[in-house]
Amino acid sequence: MPSAACCRRPRSARHERRPLDPWALLKARTVARIGLGRAGASIATADHLAFQAAHAAARDAVLSRLDVEALTGALEAAGVATTVLASGATDRTTYLARPDLGRSLDPAAAAALAGAAGERPDVAVAVFGGLSAAGIGLHAAELVAGLITDFRAAGLKTASVPVVEFGRVALGDAIGERLGARLVVVIVGERPGLTSADAIGAYVTFRPRVGLTDADRNCVSNIRPAGMPLDEARRRIGWLAREALRLELTGTGLKDRSDEALLAAGAPPTAIA
Amino acid sequence: MFRTDLGGTRYVFPDLKTLLAKATPKRSGDELAGIAAASRAERVAAQIALADVPLRRFLDEAVVPYETDEVTRLIVDSHDPEAFRPIAHLTVGGFRDWLLSDAADAEALAALAPGLTPEMVAAVSKICRNQDLILIAAKRRVVTRFRTTVGLPGRLSARLQPNHPTDDPAGILASIVDGLLLGSGDAVIGINPAGDSPERCRELLMMIDDIRRALDVPTQSCVLTHITTTIGLIETGAPVDLPFQSIAGTEAANRSFGIDLAILKEGNDAARSLKRGTVGDEVMYFETGQGSALSANAHHGVDQQTVEARAYAVARAFSPFLVNTVVGFIGPEYLYDGKQILRAGLEDHVCAKLLGVPMGCDVCYTNHAEADQDDMDVLLLSLAAAGVNFVMGLPGADDIMLGYQSTSFHDVMATRSMLGLKPAPEFEAWLLKVGLMDEAGRIAPSTALPDAFRRLLPAPSERAA
Repeated sequence: MPSAACCRRPRSARHERRPLDPWALLKARTVARIGLGRAGASIATADHLAFQAAHAAARDAVLSRLDVEALTGALEAAGVATTVLASGATDRTTYLARPDLGRSLDPAAAAALAGAAGERPDVAVAVFGGLSAAGIGLHAAELVAGLITDFRAAGLKTASVPVVEFGRVALGDAIGERLGARLVVVIVGERPGLTSADAIGAYVTFRPRVGLTDADRNCVSNIRPAGMPLDEARRRIGWLAREALRLELTGTGLKDRSDEALLAAGAPPTAIA
Repeated sequence: MFRTDLGGTRYVFPDLKTLLAKATPKRSGDELAGIAAASRAERVAAQIALADVPLRRFLDEAVVPYETDEVTRLIVDSHDPEAFRPIAHLTVGGFRDWLLSDAADAEALAALAPGLTPEMVAAVSKICRNQDLILIAAKRRVVTRFRTTVGLPGRLSARLQPNHPTDDPAGILASIVDGLLLGSGDAVIGINPAGDSPERCRELLMMIDDIRRALDVPTQSCVLTHITTTIGLIETGAPVDLPFQSIAGTEAANRSFGIDLAILKEGNDAARSLKRGTVGDEVMYFETGQGSALSANAHHGVDQQTVEARAYAVARAFSPFLVNTVVGFIGPEYLYDGKQILRAGLEDHVCAKLLGVPMGCDVCYTNHAEADQDDMDVLLLSLAAAGVNFVMGLPGADDIMLGYQSTSFHDVMATRSMLGLKPAPEFEAWLLKVGLMDEAGRIAPSTALPDAFRRLLPAPSERAA
């Protein structure tokens, strides 16, 4: 018996000298809400209210309106022309309940795009508020201006950037088809989580046309400073766009290998749909 | 043809499928599909007409054609006329009255299950109030066994869901430790992997298996990846307890998931052949949810609740260990708000139980739905009163990988406390043995980490990583 005690003793003695909180160790490895304070069986007040605050931020992000003028102003200032369009969904409630309307063009928008049908750009970049207008408001101008700069530098023809408040990803197919674009890149506000109210996503679709599905696209998600940083997203989207134009496809046939060098260095992989 | 005269208006419904859709309590998915009642009056008129439909009619008129749908064939071909006989003379309305009566006790309901079709139970649920859905379900227990026994009266189990956005093993371990200390994990420790590679899934399975053995905790593991991936893992010797698969109520919707009945049978047979269970041999873990068939454009014009009930016919063909309706995950275009999510969760639970399916529920919502934790509190308590087999246990109710809110370890503790419910008996014995729970069923409030748990933590050399 004494020998067993001896075996354990040095470990706890070391802890006494240099206290090591096991919960600190565990919490360092996840942003999950572990080790919460307890009040009886329930969550103690501070942690309960922290949750409420995170949910409020996510809800506010969903319900936020896109400041279209600020976004187009920022893009124009960066030398990027914009075209403000509407989808079939004219308000937030309709947008949430009717995904089909968020995927379709408003008739006036369709007419406006008909005038631009001769442009036939290599790449059309479009921006939709989606489920986080807050995220788009914070990050889209910088990302889009960067992408347009890169595409132009690569000798690719771009188009005026359509901005749609209540657009879903597949609306990019309708827009890209009408522009005669070889490739469409949709930048859209993602559904907020409690730890990611400002995330935006990018969907790359070769030869856009109405009727495509998510299996026909490549996605770069969780774009935000605390998720995938903007410059990293810009690099990945650029890689996908170049490969899509070279191989003439997107979707399940195009595997994102832009991170192979990073993966070898131990960086976490990114969700690619 | 069905008709009702109500308030001076004649409402006509051409077939059973239309009648069921019009009789369904309001939800956004049926409106999106364009099959919902146009007014409240039309909805009640449809419910009045539905109440007069003889149950036998459901054996004669399929809502999805027999010839083109293997789920319909499964439902029709496996129907047991002998079990159906006690209620064969009833209408849908008479069936509701009988279900609420004392004659419909646990024994009678268990004997009836093989005689019921999904369409019959969906129909009767449409003319029930929420209270009816709870009361009827509470009479019907479906008990299943692997290393724990789930679904017994007086018990509420929890799936410990330790997801992590990059599948970091240390991050997942942290959530597992937290959940076990708070008494969750007796239904399963189940991870939704962020990456889908077989190698990643194998690593996660081995990690849970190591934890289970190190702590000597009676539970089972699951990595929620496609069943074909799991079959491959079984073939290469991975420690698979429960194969997972999302299922739906039509052949076309299942094909959109990349499965059919034959693949499910293959997975079930493969996992059972491993004989890893200790107190039973039920192995499948299925997930369902209203709206999935419409989302796959494979609903055949059938309302989302009836299609959902058909998924339970798929489930029961494989005697699963766990079935989980992930009720609020799909989003507001199918279930708009807390009221619709509440109703759907109670419908799913009672329909599954009547069919003999061991139903649990992910009481949950997304941030674009008009719902919050208050709504989940009501659904969780209602389901616990209804005898739900299991719910989810997450750190602080927040899934940091899937980006939605469910129920917390604390919610499970609080609900057990309010209703005097205990964990699965094998898991309860373990909690008592290791001192995490007292005889009154309270989980110790101590934040100290027991030695057995402390030994699971990364070694000092890894701590810097």
